[in-house]
Amino acid sequence: MIWLDTLAQGILLGGLYALFAAGLSLVFGIMRLVNLAHGDLIVLGAYVILVMVSVTGLNPFLAATLALPVMFGFGMLLQTHLFNRVLGEDILPPLLVTFGLSVVLQNVLLETFSADSQKLSMGPVEAVGVPVGPVTLGLVPLATLGSAVAVIAALNLLFYRTKLGRAFRATSDDATTVQLMGIYPARIFSVATGIALMVATLAALYLGARANFDPTIGPARLLYAFEAVIIGGLGSLWGTLAGGLVIGVAQATGAAIRPEWQILAGHAAFVAVLLFRPRGLFPRAND
Amino acid sequence: MSILSLNSVSKSFGALKVTDDVSFDLAPGEALGIIGPNGAGKSTLFNLISGNLRPDQGAVLLDGHDVTGETPMQRCRRGIGRSFQIPQPFGHLSVYENLLVAAEFGGRVPGHDAPGLCMDILGRCGLAAQATAPAGSLPLLSRKRLELARAMATQPRVILLDEIAGGLTEGECVALVSTIRRIHDEGTAIIWIEHVLHALTSVVERLMVLNFGRMLMIGQPDEVMAAPEVKEIYLGIEA
Repeated sequence: MIWLDTLAQGILLGGLYALFAAGLSLVFGIMRLVNLAHGDLIVLGAYVILVMVSVTGLNPFLAATLALPVMFGFGMLLQTHLFNRVLGEDILPPLLVTFGLSVVLQNVLLETFSADSQKLSMGPVEAVGVPVGPVTLGLVPLATLGSAVAVIAALNLLFYRTKLGRAFRATSDDATTVQLMGIYPARIFSVATGIALMVATLAALYLGARANFDPTIGPARLLYAFEAVIIGGLGSLWGTLAGGLVIGVAQATGAAIRPEWQILAGHAAFVAVLLFRPRGLFPRAND
Repeated sequence: MSILSLNSVSKSFGALKVTDDVSFDLAPGEALGIIGPNGAGKSTLFNLISGNLRPDQGAVLLDGHDVTGETPMQRCRRGIGRSFQIPQPFGHLSVYENLLVAAEFGGRVPGHDAPGLCMDILGRCGLAAQATAPAGSLPLLSRKRLELARAMATQPRVILLDEIAGGLTEGECVALVSTIRRIHDEGTAIIWIEHVLHALTSVVERLMVLNFGRMLMIGQPDEVMAAPEVKEIYLGIEA
Protein backbone atom coordinates (compact mmCIF):
# COMPACT_ATOMS: atom_id res chain seq x y z
CA MET A 1 0.00 0.00 0.00
CA ILE A 2 2.82 2.38 0.91
CA TRP A 3 4.39 1.69 -2.48
CA LEU A 4 1.20 2.55 -4.27
CA ASP A 5 1.11 5.81 -2.36
CA THR A 6 4.76 6.50 -3.23
CA LEU A 7 4.08 5.82 -6.90
CA ALA A 8 1.08 8.16 -6.88
CA GLN A 9 3.00 10.94 -5.13
CA GLY A 10 5.86 10.48 -7.59
CA ILE A 11 3.55 10.80 -10.59
CA LEU A 12 2.03 13.97 -9.17
CA LEU A 13 5.49 15.42 -8.50
CA GLY A 14 6.40 14.45 -12.06
CA GLY A 15 3.60 16.71 -13.28
CA LEU A 16 5.43 19.66 -11.74
CA TYR A 17 8.70 18.65 -13.39
CA ALA A 18 6.94 18.27 -16.71
CA LEU A 19 5.67 21.84 -16.35
CA PHE A 20 9.22 23.01 -15.59
CA ALA A 21 10.41 21.21 -18.69
CA ALA A 22 7.67 22.04 -21.21
CA GLY A 23 8.84 25.63 -21.78
CA LEU A 24 12.45 24.53 -22.11
CA SER A 25 11.47 21.79 -24.57
CA LEU A 26 9.38 24.22 -26.64
CA VAL A 27 12.19 26.76 -27.01
CA PHE A 28 14.84 24.16 -27.71
CA GLY A 29 12.61 22.41 -30.24
CA ILE A 30 11.92 25.54 -32.25
CA MET A 31 15.21 27.47 -32.16
CA ARG A 32 17.81 25.05 -30.71
CA LEU A 33 18.32 27.55 -27.89
CA VAL A 34 19.40 25.99 -24.61
CA ASN A 35 18.03 28.50 -22.14
CA LEU A 36 20.18 28.22 -19.02
CA ALA A 37 18.03 30.91 -17.37
CA HIS A 38 14.85 28.85 -17.65
CA GLY A 39 14.86 27.88 -13.96
CA ASP A 40 15.38 31.48 -12.90
CA LEU A 41 12.60 32.60 -15.22
CA ILE A 42 10.28 30.14 -13.44
CA VAL A 43 11.33 31.71 -10.13
CA LEU A 44 10.76 35.15 -11.62
CA GLY A 45 7.26 33.99 -12.57
CA ALA A 46 6.65 32.96 -8.96
CA TYR A 47 7.65 36.42 -7.75
CA VAL A 48 5.45 38.09 -10.38
CA ILE A 49 2.51 36.03 -9.10
CA LEU A 50 3.47 36.97 -5.53
CA VAL A 51 3.44 40.67 -6.45
CA MET A 52 0.05 40.27 -8.14
CA VAL A 53 -1.28 38.56 -5.02
CA SER A 54 -0.08 41.30 -2.71
CA VAL A 55 -1.24 44.13 -4.99
CA THR A 56 -4.70 42.76 -5.80
CA GLY A 57 -5.33 40.50 -2.81
CA LEU A 58 -6.49 37.77 -5.18
CA ASN A 59 -6.00 34.05 -4.77
CA PRO A 60 -2.72 32.91 -6.42
CA PHE A 61 -4.68 31.00 -9.09
CA LEU A 62 -6.39 34.20 -10.23
CA ALA A 63 -3.24 36.25 -9.73
CA ALA A 64 -1.46 33.84 -12.10
CA THR A 65 -3.89 34.75 -14.88
CA LEU A 66 -2.69 38.36 -14.47
CA ALA A 67 0.94 37.23 -14.44
CA LEU A 68 0.57 35.22 -17.69
CA PRO A 69 0.35 38.21 -20.09
CA VAL A 70 3.13 40.01 -18.18
CA MET A 71 5.44 37.03 -18.61
CA PHE A 72 4.40 36.58 -22.26
CA GLY A 73 5.39 40.18 -22.94
CA PHE A 74 8.65 39.76 -21.03
CA GLY A 75 9.45 36.66 -23.07
CA MET A 76 8.80 38.50 -26.34
CA LEU A 77 11.07 41.37 -25.25
CA LEU A 78 13.79 39.01 -24.05
CA GLN A 79 13.81 37.10 -27.34
CA THR A 80 13.55 40.19 -29.55
CA HIS A 81 16.22 42.27 -27.87
CA LEU A 82 18.58 39.67 -26.41
CA PHE A 83 18.36 36.08 -27.64
CA ASN A 84 17.72 36.86 -31.32
CA ARG A 85 20.98 38.83 -31.38
CA VAL A 86 23.07 35.83 -30.41
CA LEU A 87 21.31 32.96 -32.18
CA GLY A 88 23.34 31.63 -35.09
CA GLU A 89 25.63 28.89 -36.25
CA ASP A 90 27.73 29.06 -33.10
CA ILE A 91 25.96 27.56 -30.06
CA LEU A 92 28.31 29.15 -27.51
CA PRO A 93 27.02 32.79 -27.52
CA PRO A 94 23.41 31.87 -26.58
CA LEU A 95 24.72 29.61 -23.81
CA LEU A 96 26.84 32.43 -22.38
CA VAL A 97 24.06 34.99 -22.67
CA THR A 98 21.44 32.80 -20.98
CA PHE A 99 23.96 31.86 -18.29
CA GLY A 100 24.60 35.57 -17.72
CA LEU A 101 20.87 36.22 -17.63
CA SER A 102 20.54 33.52 -14.98
CA VAL A 103 23.07 35.32 -12.75
CA VAL A 104 21.45 38.71 -13.39
CA LEU A 105 17.94 37.44 -12.61
CA GLN A 106 19.05 35.82 -9.36
CA ASN A 107 20.71 39.00 -8.19
CA VAL A 108 17.88 41.29 -9.25
CA LEU A 109 15.42 39.05 -7.38
CA LEU A 110 17.75 39.03 -4.36
CA GLU A 111 17.98 42.84 -4.36
CA THR A 112 14.26 43.29 -4.86
CA PHE A 113 12.74 40.58 -2.69
CA SER A 114 15.62 39.70 -0.29
CA ALA A 115 16.80 36.16 0.40
CA ASP A 116 13.75 35.36 2.57
CA SER A 117 11.88 32.34 1.33
CA GLN A 118 8.33 32.93 0.15
CA LYS A 119 5.29 30.81 -0.52
CA LEU A 120 2.14 31.22 -2.57
CA SER A 121 -0.57 30.47 -0.07
CA MET A 122 -3.53 28.79 -1.70
CA GLY A 123 -5.71 28.91 1.39
CA PRO A 124 -7.89 26.02 2.60
CA VAL A 125 -7.70 24.19 -0.76
CA GLU A 126 -4.13 23.15 0.16
CA ALA A 127 -5.46 20.76 2.82
CA VAL A 128 -8.08 19.13 0.60
CA GLY A 129 -7.41 15.49 -0.17
CA VAL A 130 -9.17 13.38 -2.77
CA PRO A 131 -9.51 9.66 -2.05
CA VAL A 132 -8.56 7.74 -5.20
CA GLY A 133 -8.95 4.02 -4.60
CA PRO A 134 -6.71 3.02 -1.70
CA VAL A 135 -4.69 6.28 -1.61
CA THR A 136 -5.54 9.90 -0.84
CA LEU A 137 -4.16 12.55 -3.17
CA GLY A 138 -3.85 16.29 -2.53
CA LEU A 139 -6.07 18.47 -4.68
CA VAL A 140 -3.26 20.91 -5.54
CA PRO A 141 -0.84 18.17 -6.67
CA LEU A 142 -3.66 16.66 -8.72
CA ALA A 143 -4.26 20.06 -10.31
CA THR A 144 -0.51 20.25 -11.03
CA LEU A 145 -0.52 16.99 -12.95
CA GLY A 146 -3.79 17.91 -14.65
CA SER A 147 -2.31 21.24 -15.74
CA ALA A 148 0.82 19.53 -17.02
CA VAL A 149 -1.23 17.14 -19.16
CA ALA A 150 -3.43 20.02 -20.36
CA VAL A 151 -0.40 22.19 -21.22
CA ILE A 152 1.28 19.41 -23.19
CA ALA A 153 -1.99 18.60 -24.99
CA ALA A 154 -2.57 22.29 -25.77
CA LEU A 155 0.98 22.73 -27.07
CA ASN A 156 0.54 19.66 -29.28
CA LEU A 157 -2.69 21.08 -30.68
CA LEU A 158 -0.95 24.40 -31.27
CA PHE A 159 1.96 22.66 -33.00
CA TYR A 160 0.03 20.27 -35.21
CA ARG A 161 -3.32 21.96 -35.82
CA THR A 162 -2.68 25.69 -36.24
CA LYS A 163 -1.08 28.08 -38.69
CA LEU A 164 1.28 29.37 -35.98
CA GLY A 165 2.25 25.79 -35.10
CA ARG A 166 3.10 25.00 -38.72
CA ALA A 167 5.26 28.12 -38.79
CA PHE A 168 6.97 26.93 -35.58
CA ARG A 169 7.70 23.53 -37.09
CA ALA A 170 8.79 24.86 -40.47
CA THR A 171 11.13 27.37 -38.80
CA SER A 172 12.51 24.59 -36.62
CA ASP A 173 13.27 22.55 -39.75
CA ASP A 174 14.88 25.34 -41.78
CA ALA A 175 15.04 28.92 -40.53
CA THR A 176 16.56 30.13 -43.83
CA THR A 177 14.08 28.61 -46.24
CA VAL A 178 11.01 29.80 -44.26
CA GLN A 179 11.99 33.36 -45.13
CA LEU A 180 11.26 32.49 -48.75
CA MET A 181 7.80 31.41 -47.59
CA GLY A 182 7.19 34.86 -46.13
CA ILE A 183 7.99 33.93 -42.52
CA TYR A 184 10.23 36.11 -40.35
CA PRO A 185 12.04 33.64 -38.03
CA ALA A 186 12.95 36.27 -35.41
CA ARG A 187 9.26 37.07 -34.90
CA ILE A 188 8.35 33.38 -34.67
CA PHE A 189 11.09 32.91 -32.05
CA SER A 190 9.76 35.84 -30.02
CA VAL A 191 6.24 34.41 -29.89
CA ALA A 192 7.67 31.00 -28.96
CA THR A 193 9.62 32.39 -26.01
CA GLY A 194 6.54 34.36 -24.92
CA ILE A 195 4.54 31.13 -24.86
CA ALA A 196 7.38 29.30 -23.07
CA LEU A 197 7.35 31.92 -20.31
CA MET A 198 3.58 31.56 -19.93
CA VAL A 199 4.13 27.85 -19.35
CA ALA A 200 6.94 28.75 -16.93
CA THR A 201 4.48 30.99 -15.05
CA LEU A 202 2.06 28.10 -14.67
CA ALA A 203 4.96 25.98 -13.40
CA ALA A 204 5.80 28.81 -10.98
CA LEU A 205 2.26 28.80 -9.60
CA TYR A 206 2.48 25.14 -8.59
CA LEU A 207 6.11 25.48 -7.48
CA GLY A 208 5.13 28.28 -5.10
CA ALA A 209 2.08 26.36 -3.92
CA ARG A 210 4.05 23.20 -3.18
CA ALA A 211 7.09 24.55 -1.39
CA ASN A 212 9.00 27.64 -0.34
CA PHE A 213 11.00 29.47 -2.93
CA ASP A 214 13.78 32.05 -2.83
CA PRO A 215 15.90 33.74 -5.53
CA THR A 216 18.54 31.00 -5.60
CA ILE A 217 16.47 27.91 -6.42
CA GLY A 218 16.30 28.44 -10.21
CA PRO A 219 19.34 26.41 -11.33
CA ALA A 220 18.13 23.25 -9.57
CA ARG A 221 14.72 23.56 -11.32
CA LEU A 222 16.59 23.98 -14.60
CA LEU A 223 18.43 20.72 -13.94
CA TYR A 224 15.19 18.77 -13.37
CA ALA A 225 13.67 20.36 -16.45
CA PHE A 226 16.71 19.42 -18.53
CA GLU A 227 16.65 15.84 -17.36
CA ALA A 228 12.95 15.57 -18.15
CA VAL A 229 13.52 16.90 -21.69
CA ILE A 230 16.45 14.56 -22.34
CA ILE A 231 14.74 11.49 -20.87
CA GLY A 232 11.68 12.15 -23.02
CA GLY A 233 13.71 12.65 -26.21
CA LEU A 234 14.46 16.03 -27.78
CA GLY A 235 11.59 17.51 -29.74
CA SER A 236 8.82 15.33 -28.26
CA LEU A 237 6.37 17.17 -25.98
CA TRP A 238 4.63 14.00 -24.76
CA GLY A 239 8.12 12.60 -24.18
CA THR A 240 8.84 15.59 -21.95
CA LEU A 241 5.78 14.73 -19.87
CA ALA A 242 6.99 11.14 -19.59
CA GLY A 243 10.45 12.41 -18.64
CA GLY A 244 8.97 14.53 -15.84
CA LEU A 245 7.05 11.52 -14.54
CA VAL A 246 10.17 9.32 -14.59
CA ILE A 247 12.09 11.82 -12.45
CA GLY A 248 9.13 12.36 -10.14
CA VAL A 249 8.58 8.65 -9.52
CA ALA A 250 12.32 8.05 -9.08
CA GLN A 251 12.57 10.86 -6.53
CA ALA A 252 9.53 9.68 -4.59
CA THR A 253 10.85 6.12 -4.56
CA GLY A 254 14.30 7.27 -3.43
CA ALA A 255 12.74 9.35 -0.66
CA ALA A 256 10.62 6.42 0.48
CA ILE A 257 13.74 4.30 0.93
CA ARG A 258 15.80 7.01 2.63
CA PRO A 259 14.71 10.68 2.71
CA GLU A 260 18.17 11.96 1.70
CA TRP A 261 18.10 9.81 -1.44
CA GLN A 262 15.30 11.79 -3.08
CA ILE A 263 17.43 14.04 -5.33
CA LEU A 264 20.05 11.37 -5.95
CA ALA A 265 17.44 8.86 -7.12
CA GLY A 266 16.13 11.36 -9.72
CA HIS A 267 19.60 11.90 -11.17
CA ALA A 268 20.32 8.15 -11.07
CA ALA A 269 17.15 7.49 -13.10
CA PHE A 270 18.33 10.07 -15.63
CA VAL A 271 21.71 8.35 -16.02
CA ALA A 272 20.02 4.94 -16.24
CA VAL A 273 17.71 6.07 -19.05
CA LEU A 274 20.65 7.57 -20.96
CA LEU A 275 22.60 4.31 -20.60
CA PHE A 276 19.85 2.25 -22.20
CA ARG A 277 18.15 4.82 -24.46
CA PRO A 278 20.82 7.42 -25.35
CA ARG A 279 18.33 9.42 -27.45
CA GLY A 280 15.61 9.36 -24.81
CA LEU A 281 12.37 7.43 -24.60
CA PHE A 282 10.58 9.03 -27.57
CA PRO A 283 13.13 10.37 -30.06
CA ARG A 284 11.92 11.95 -33.30
CA ALA A 285 11.94 9.48 -36.16
CA ASN A 286 14.03 11.26 -38.80
CA ASP A 287 16.58 13.51 -37.11
CA MET B 1 5.57 47.66 -67.78
CA SER B 2 7.96 44.88 -66.81
CA ILE B 3 7.21 42.82 -63.73
CA LEU B 4 10.84 42.33 -62.77
CA SER B 5 13.85 44.49 -63.69
CA LEU B 6 17.51 44.23 -62.81
CA ASN B 7 19.48 47.45 -63.30
CA SER B 8 23.27 46.99 -63.53
CA VAL B 9 23.37 44.51 -60.67
CA SER B 10 26.85 43.51 -59.46
CA LYS B 11 28.03 41.28 -56.64
CA SER B 12 31.52 40.25 -55.55
CA PHE B 13 32.71 37.64 -53.11
CA GLY B 14 36.11 39.07 -52.17
CA ALA B 15 38.04 39.61 -55.39
CA LEU B 16 35.74 37.35 -57.40
CA LYS B 17 33.05 39.16 -59.31
CA VAL B 18 30.19 36.63 -59.42
CA THR B 19 27.62 38.98 -60.92
CA ASP B 20 28.95 41.67 -63.20
CA ASP B 21 26.68 44.49 -64.35
CA VAL B 22 23.63 42.36 -65.21
CA SER B 23 20.55 44.18 -66.51
CA PHE B 24 17.34 42.75 -67.95
CA ASP B 25 13.58 43.21 -67.90
CA LEU B 26 10.99 40.49 -67.55
CA ALA B 27 7.52 41.09 -68.99
CA PRO B 28 4.45 39.92 -67.04
CA GLY B 29 3.81 36.27 -67.88
CA GLU B 30 7.07 35.86 -69.77
CA ALA B 31 9.30 32.79 -69.44
CA LEU B 32 13.04 33.47 -69.46
CA GLY B 33 15.67 30.72 -69.49
CA ILE B 34 19.17 31.13 -68.08
CA ILE B 35 22.07 28.94 -69.16
CA GLY B 36 25.78 29.09 -68.57
CA PRO B 37 28.69 26.93 -67.42
CA ASN B 38 29.07 25.87 -63.79
CA GLY B 39 30.24 28.81 -61.69
CA ALA B 40 28.83 31.37 -64.12
CA GLY B 41 26.83 32.96 -61.30
CA LYS B 42 23.37 31.62 -62.15
CA SER B 43 22.31 30.67 -58.64
CA THR B 44 23.87 33.86 -57.28
CA LEU B 45 21.64 35.81 -59.64
CA PHE B 46 18.63 34.02 -58.12
CA ASN B 47 19.86 34.84 -54.64
CA LEU B 48 20.06 38.50 -55.63
CA ILE B 49 16.49 38.40 -56.96
CA SER B 50 15.02 36.48 -54.01
CA GLY B 51 16.85 38.66 -51.49
CA ASN B 52 19.11 36.01 -49.94
CA LEU B 53 22.00 38.20 -51.14
CA ARG B 54 22.18 41.99 -51.43
CA PRO B 55 23.91 43.40 -54.53
CA ASP B 56 27.01 45.59 -54.13
CA GLN B 57 25.71 47.81 -56.90
CA GLY B 58 22.57 48.15 -58.94
CA ALA B 59 18.89 47.71 -58.17
CA VAL B 60 16.21 45.01 -58.29
CA LEU B 61 12.73 46.27 -59.17
CA LEU B 62 9.50 44.34 -58.80
CA ASP B 63 6.53 46.01 -60.52
CA GLY B 64 8.61 49.18 -60.73
CA HIS B 65 9.10 49.04 -56.96
CA ASP B 66 12.71 49.12 -55.73
CA VAL B 67 13.05 46.00 -53.56
CA THR B 68 16.87 46.05 -53.36
CA GLY B 69 16.80 46.75 -49.61
CA GLU B 70 14.03 44.29 -48.80
CA THR B 71 14.34 40.94 -47.03
CA PRO B 72 13.51 37.58 -48.68
CA MET B 73 10.33 37.52 -46.57
CA GLN B 74 9.12 40.85 -47.93
CA ARG B 75 9.96 39.91 -51.51
CA CYS B 76 8.14 36.61 -51.14
CA ARG B 77 5.02 38.46 -50.02
CA ARG B 78 5.37 40.81 -52.98
CA GLY B 79 5.25 37.83 -55.32
CA ILE B 80 8.66 36.25 -55.88
CA GLY B 81 8.54 32.46 -55.52
CA ARG B 82 11.64 30.30 -55.54
CA SER B 83 12.56 26.66 -55.89
CA PHE B 84 16.00 25.40 -54.96
CA GLN B 85 18.45 23.36 -56.99
CA ILE B 86 18.93 21.12 -53.97
CA PRO B 87 15.42 20.64 -52.57
CA GLN B 88 14.93 22.18 -49.13
CA PRO B 89 11.65 20.72 -47.86
CA PHE B 90 10.52 21.16 -44.26
CA GLY B 91 11.28 17.51 -43.53
CA HIS B 92 9.16 17.04 -40.41
CA LEU B 93 6.06 18.57 -42.00
CA SER B 94 3.82 16.63 -44.33
CA VAL B 95 3.90 17.49 -48.03
CA TYR B 96 0.51 19.19 -47.65
CA GLU B 97 1.68 21.20 -44.62
CA ASN B 98 4.73 22.38 -46.57
CA LEU B 99 2.32 23.99 -49.02
CA LEU B 100 0.02 25.32 -46.30
CA VAL B 101 2.89 27.20 -44.67
CA ALA B 102 3.85 28.70 -48.03
CA ALA B 103 0.25 29.66 -48.86
CA GLU B 104 -0.74 31.05 -45.47
CA PHE B 105 2.38 33.13 -44.88
CA GLY B 106 3.98 33.79 -48.26
CA GLY B 107 0.76 33.88 -50.28
CA ARG B 108 -1.37 35.39 -47.51
CA VAL B 109 -4.16 33.05 -48.52
CA PRO B 110 -7.05 33.24 -46.00
CA GLY B 111 -7.28 30.16 -43.74
CA HIS B 112 -10.49 28.75 -45.26
CA ASP B 113 -9.18 29.01 -48.85
CA ALA B 114 -5.73 27.58 -48.17
CA PRO B 115 -6.56 23.84 -47.92
CA GLY B 116 -8.41 23.74 -51.27
CA LEU B 117 -5.75 25.78 -53.00
CA CYS B 118 -2.94 23.59 -51.67
CA MET B 119 -4.67 20.34 -52.65
CA ASP B 120 -5.25 21.79 -56.11
CA ILE B 121 -1.56 22.63 -56.53
CA LEU B 122 -0.56 19.20 -55.21
CA GLY B 123 -2.82 17.62 -57.82
CA ARG B 124 -1.37 19.69 -60.63
CA CYS B 125 2.19 18.88 -59.55
CA GLY B 126 1.47 15.14 -59.29
CA LEU B 127 1.86 14.98 -55.52
CA ALA B 128 -1.74 14.36 -54.42
CA ALA B 129 -1.02 10.75 -53.45
CA GLN B 130 1.84 11.82 -51.18
CA ALA B 131 0.01 14.70 -49.46
CA THR B 132 0.21 13.21 -45.97
CA ALA B 133 3.73 11.77 -46.25
CA PRO B 134 6.50 13.49 -44.26
CA ALA B 135 8.36 15.66 -46.78
CA GLY B 136 11.68 14.33 -45.48
CA SER B 137 10.79 10.82 -46.69
CA LEU B 138 10.22 11.74 -50.36
CA PRO B 139 12.41 10.48 -53.23
CA LEU B 140 14.19 12.97 -55.50
CA LEU B 141 11.51 13.47 -58.17
CA SER B 142 8.85 14.13 -55.55
CA ARG B 143 11.16 16.53 -53.74
CA LYS B 144 11.69 18.46 -56.96
CA ARG B 145 7.95 18.56 -57.52
CA LEU B 146 7.47 19.72 -53.94
CA GLU B 147 9.92 22.57 -54.52
CA LEU B 148 7.80 23.68 -57.47
CA ALA B 149 4.49 23.15 -55.66
CA ARG B 150 5.60 25.01 -52.56
CA ALA B 151 6.88 27.94 -54.61
CA MET B 152 3.50 27.97 -56.42
CA ALA B 153 1.66 28.02 -53.09
CA THR B 154 3.23 31.39 -52.22
CA GLN B 155 1.07 32.81 -55.06
CA PRO B 156 4.01 34.18 -57.01
CA ARG B 157 3.86 36.49 -60.00
CA VAL B 158 7.45 35.59 -60.80
CA ILE B 159 8.68 32.09 -60.06
CA LEU B 160 12.40 31.23 -60.00
CA LEU B 161 13.19 27.62 -60.92
CA ASP B 162 16.74 26.47 -60.19
CA GLU B 163 17.76 23.34 -62.16
CA ILE B 164 14.50 21.64 -61.42
CA ALA B 165 14.87 19.06 -64.21
CA GLY B 166 18.40 18.01 -63.24
CA GLY B 167 18.81 14.38 -62.19
CA LEU B 168 15.44 13.25 -63.53
CA THR B 169 14.80 10.50 -66.06
CA GLU B 170 13.50 11.40 -69.52
CA GLY B 171 9.90 10.45 -68.66
CA GLU B 172 9.97 12.35 -65.38
CA CYS B 173 11.39 15.35 -67.18
CA VAL B 174 8.57 15.38 -69.74
CA ALA B 175 5.95 15.30 -66.98
CA LEU B 176 7.67 18.15 -65.15
CA VAL B 177 7.96 20.26 -68.29
CA SER B 178 4.25 19.93 -68.97
CA THR B 179 3.52 21.08 -65.38
CA ILE B 180 5.79 24.09 -65.83
CA ARG B 181 4.23 24.92 -69.19
CA ARG B 182 0.80 24.88 -67.58
CA ILE B 183 1.98 27.27 -64.86
CA HIS B 184 3.33 29.51 -67.59
CA ASP B 185 0.07 29.31 -69.56
CA GLU B 186 -1.81 30.48 -66.47
CA GLY B 187 0.16 33.72 -66.61
CA THR B 188 2.92 33.31 -64.03
CA ALA B 189 6.24 34.78 -65.15
CA ILE B 190 9.10 32.28 -64.96
CA ILE B 191 12.86 32.54 -64.76
CA TRP B 192 14.36 29.10 -65.19
CA ILE B 193 17.98 28.03 -64.78
CA GLU B 194 18.54 24.69 -66.49
CA HIS B 195 21.23 22.47 -67.95
CA VAL B 196 18.65 20.22 -69.62
CA LEU B 197 18.43 22.41 -72.73
CA HIS B 198 15.61 20.73 -74.62
CA ALA B 199 13.38 20.98 -71.55
CA LEU B 200 14.22 24.64 -71.19
CA THR B 201 13.83 25.67 -74.81
CA SER B 202 10.46 23.93 -75.07
CA VAL B 203 9.02 26.43 -72.60
CA VAL B 204 10.93 29.72 -72.57
CA GLU B 205 10.48 32.65 -74.96
CA ARG B 206 13.86 34.17 -74.31
CA LEU B 207 17.22 32.74 -73.32
CA MET B 208 20.03 34.41 -71.42
CA VAL B 209 23.62 33.17 -71.36
CA LEU B 210 25.75 33.93 -68.32
CA ASN B 211 29.53 33.52 -68.26
CA PHE B 212 31.86 34.64 -65.45
CA GLY B 213 28.99 36.64 -63.98
CA ARG B 214 28.43 38.65 -67.14
CA MET B 215 25.44 38.51 -69.41
CA LEU B 216 26.85 37.25 -72.68
CA MET B 217 23.67 37.28 -74.69
CA ILE B 218 19.91 37.47 -74.37
CA GLY B 219 17.37 36.80 -77.09
CA GLN B 220 15.32 34.19 -78.97
CA PRO B 221 16.42 30.69 -77.89
CA ASP B 222 17.30 29.49 -81.41
CA GLU B 223 19.25 32.66 -82.23
CA VAL B 224 21.14 32.46 -78.94
CA MET B 225 21.99 28.79 -79.37
CA ALA B 226 23.19 29.46 -82.91
CA ALA B 227 25.55 32.27 -81.87
CA PRO B 228 29.21 31.24 -82.29
CA GLU B 229 30.34 32.73 -78.95
CA VAL B 230 27.64 30.74 -77.13
CA LYS B 231 28.68 27.54 -78.87
CA GLU B 232 32.28 28.18 -77.94
CA ILE B 233 31.70 29.05 -74.25
CA TYR B 234 28.71 26.96 -73.39
CA LEU B 235 29.07 23.91 -75.55
CA GLY B 236 32.87 23.94 -75.71
CA ILE B 237 32.86 23.88 -79.53
CA GLU B 238 35.60 25.87 -81.24
CA ALA B 239 33.96 28.50 -83.42
